[in-house]
Formats: sequence, C-alpha cells, structure tokens
Amino acid sequence: MAVQDSPHVADVALDLAPAKPVTNTTAKPVHRLPVQIDWPTWAIVTTQAGILVGIIGLWEAAATTSVIDAFFWSQPSAIWHTLKIFFTTGDAWTDISFTFRSTIFGFLLGTAAGSLLGLSFWWSRNYAAIVQPYIICLESIPKLALAPLIILVFGIGLGSKVAVATALTLVVSTLTAYAGVKALDPDGEKLFYSLGATRWQVFRKLVVPFCLPWIISVLRVNIGLALTGAIVGEFIASQHGLGRAILYAGQTYDIALVWVAVLVLSTLAIIMYAAVSWLESLLRKGTRQ
Amino acid sequence: MHASSTDGTATPKVELRNVNLRYFSLEGETEALRDTSFSIAPGEFVAIIGQSGCGKSTLLSLISGILKPTDGAVLVDGKLVNGPSRKVGYMLQQDYLFEWRTILENAVLGAEIQGANMTTAREHAKQLLTKYGLGQFLHHLPRQLSGGMRQRVALARTLCTEPEIVLLDEPFAALDSQTRIALADEVTEILRREGKTAILVTHDIGEAISMSERVIVLSRRPGRVKSEHSIRFATSDGLRPNPFSARSAPEFNGYFNALWKELEVHVEG
Repeated sequence: MAVQDSPHVADVALDLAPAKPVTNTTAKPVHRLPVQIDWPTWAIVTTQAGILVGIIGLWEAAATTSVIDAFFWSQPSAIWHTLKIFFTTGDAWTDISFTFRSTIFGFLLGTAAGSLLGLSFWWSRNYAAIVQPYIICLESIPKLALAPLIILVFGIGLGSKVAVATALTLVVSTLTAYAGVKALDPDGEKLFYSLGATRWQVFRKLVVPFCLPWIISVLRVNIGLALTGAIVGEFIASQHGLGRAILYAGQTYDIALVWVAVLVLSTLAIIMYAAVSWLESLLRKGTRQ
Repeated sequence: MHASSTDGTATPKVELRNVNLRYFSLEGETEALRDTSFSIAPGEFVAIIGQSGCGKSTLLSLISGILKPTDGAVLVDGKLVNGPSRKVGYMLQQDYLFEWRTILENAVLGAEIQGANMTTAREHAKQLLTKYGLGQFLHHLPRQLSGGMRQRVALARTLCTEPEIVLLDEPFAALDSQTRIALADEVTEILRREGKTAILVTHDIGEAISMSERVIVLSRRPGRVKSEHSIRFATSDGLRPNPFSARSAPEFNGYFNALWKELEVHVEG
C-alpha cells in the first residue's frame, strides 16, 4: 500500500509545485499570538445599551403588529405600566422586603453554620470520617425537593423560606471550609505545637485564618443559592414575596406582572451580589489574601 | 532515673538515653528509632545526618517535646522532657510564615502563643529583624520577601522566644544553592555568637561538616546512632572557620568521604 501510494503523492506534489507560492498565504494561515484591540468602555456600554433597546423595541413592535401573541408574551409598554402600579398601589415593598429578609437570614445562617461545621472537622479525624458520608448524602439530595417538607415543618411564614435558603447554602459552606482544613500543612501545626500552643490556639491562630479565604470564596455563590431557596420556598406556599408574586401572576395569566416581578427580583439579586462582592473584597483585604 | 543525671560533672544540655520510638497504626507498627543514645554539651553545634526516613526529624520532635518516646528518656538540662518547653526553638524546612501576618507579627508568634509581654517581644523581634537586614520589611507580607529573607524571618521567630537550644530541621533545603551557603554562614555565626546549643538535621553532608562541630550518623530505619565524627579544622587563629571557608579547608574532603561511606548511599533508595 505505502509503496504504491508514494509515487502518487509525489505526483500531486509536483503538480501543485508551481502554484504553491501563490496559494501558500491563503491556504495555510499562520497562527500568531492573536492581537485584540480593546474597545473603550463607552463603546462597550453603548453597544450593550443599543442591544437592550433593540430587543425591547423589537418586542414592542412584534407585539403590536401581532407577530407574537401579546397575551402570552406581554409587551414592554404593558410591563412598564404594571411596574408603576406594582410600586404605587401594589405590594412591591412588602414583597421585596420579605424575599430580601428570607435570603439574608438564610445566607447568614447557612454560611456561618456551614463554615463552623466544616472547620470543626479539624478537631478529630475520626469525627470527620464519621460525619462525612452524611454531608455527602446531604449534598447529593436535591435540597429543593425537600422544600415541601420544610414548609410543612416550619409553616408558611418567613421561617420556612429561611430554612430552605439555609439548607441550600449550608452544605456548600461546609464542604468548602472542610477543603480548607484538608489543605492545612501538618508541619505548620507542628510549628505551633513546638512553640507550646494549645489546640484551641492552633484553631484560632492557624486553622481559622488559613481557611478564611476558602470561606470567603463561597460567599458569592451562597447569596445566589440563598435567593433561589427563598424563591422556591415562596413558590410552594407563601403569603408574601417576589416568588409568590410570580407564581400568583402566572396562575392568573397576568404575564406583565410576571415580567415585573422577575425584573424586580433580578435587580434585587444584582444588588445583593454586588454587596457581597464588595464585602468579599473588604474581607480579602482584611485577611490579606 | 533523674537523680543519676546530676552526677557532679557538667550536665549535658541535651541527652537521649536508650530512646525507642514506635508508631502504631491500623496497618501495624513502625519502628522509627531503636535504642538511640547521645548527649550534646551546652553551646555545642551538632549535625545529625542520615538517609531520608531514618528518623532524623523524629529525633528533633522528641527533643522539642511534641513527641513522646515509646521507651527511654529525653533530657534537657538533666530534666525529663515533658512537652514543649521555652528552652527549645524549632526551625523547619519550610519557613511557615503565615500570609495573614506581617513579618513582625510572624516573628512574635512564639511570644503571642506563650502569652509573653507583647511590647517587649515586639521590641526584641524588631531588633533581631533589623540585625538580619530586614529592618525595612517589618510591615511587609511574607510573599513580598525572597526565600532567603523568609528563612531569616523564621530564624528571628525562633530566636525571639530566647531558646537555649535551637533545632534546625533541614532549614535550608528549600533554598537555591547560593542562598543556602550564604544563609548557613549567617545562621551559624548568629547561633555561635549567642552561645546557643544547636542541633542540625540534614541529608547534605557538606552542610553538616561545614556548620557543625560534631556529626552524628544515623542508620537506616529503625534509626540508631551508627557513628559520631568530631569535625576539627586547623586554622591559624585557632577559631573555627565559618561554613563557607570550611568548605575549602584541606580537612573537608577527608570528612566528606568518610561520611559518604558511612551513609551507604544507594541511588535506588
């Protein structure tokens, strides 16, 4: 085979030979380090705003010309109108405050308890080995599937929403703090003990500051998870909250209100995310990581 | 037992008597040290060499009191070691400076743990750091310093608690070879000048010969004292040469070859 092929290949190469210098540049592009020229910020922002305005304009136009069914999709003008009503005569502030409180309490509780649980595994390897399967089990359960049970136990008030948000954030924090504990160098501990440190001193002065970057790194993930937990809790049974507003509006075919609630919810999410990012950078500076 | 150690003559600073150490685990028993005995005089600089895994570092853990021997006795100043003591300072292979502490805060860690007066400790640490050429880095973070500088901070941290005995567990192993030799000079000089008793654990034969007055060779696991070698250099002033010049002394090669044979270095090990 190979013997037969080789003269053929040689022929082809010969045939192409005169054309080669010409086609070389187009057929075989040279891959250098790609050079991209960054746009100035104003250009980026203008483009972003343009895209947004374009989408809204197209949507509005498509709904008025009945290209899409405004009953199912609603339209920007109707959404704007509903938004004004929601904030003037509607329950906007009650709902926002309810969802915000559930999220923050769940976030704080889950992060704090989870981090402490994760750090506590440092104290005893046997204890960590015993508890670990339970943690992994808890991680693999879709916590949202437990939400109906949580609502039954904690009632339809704020408590159950906080509980769902806590359940979602707790395990992530536990595992992350434990990852920090596992990354500890035993010789660092040896140094502390050689200086006569007690276990409590090693925990306070070595384990906690060492694991803090791990704990901080999970804050932004947790605020998102806590919000998800709070909304799902409200979906199942609630009298207040943005999640409840979305569910209620959907069931009554008030699609404009669905969009309004989603919009408000996204804004809340962005604000909380930004706040936590700011807190994170503050903490990182504090712990000098 | 402790009565016999004070027999009138000079008490060794550190003494190991028939020390055995076995680790127990689910897999079974590991014998790290068997019947190890030696003593070290006050102010002496002793190196312990042996192949990796022969229990060199374990010896230091025993002397520092963070490990307890299975049998036998470890004595410091003729008294049974009963846990970590302020008389003993420990310097490890990695500098273990903590990133969340400034250089100065790292240097006073010992005082902080021992609940000493922090104002005095800070003053002392500042003095030491300035002496080691780190005066303008007091409020820097460890990652802003080079390997050699970091190890000098670790030395300041060790000496800040004013130990009488300094244990050095391959303190230069993580450094590049030039820094290693330069720092060995500095550290040896500092420890000699302050009259510290020093025990250096290393697998670097040259480092052991150039820094110490006596080299103890440990056998393979379980570690036992295989031999001891007094290191002497003939100098015009009768003083011991610094580690750097010791390396070019005529006696150096003789000691090196003798210790090399003792270690039975096998490459496949």
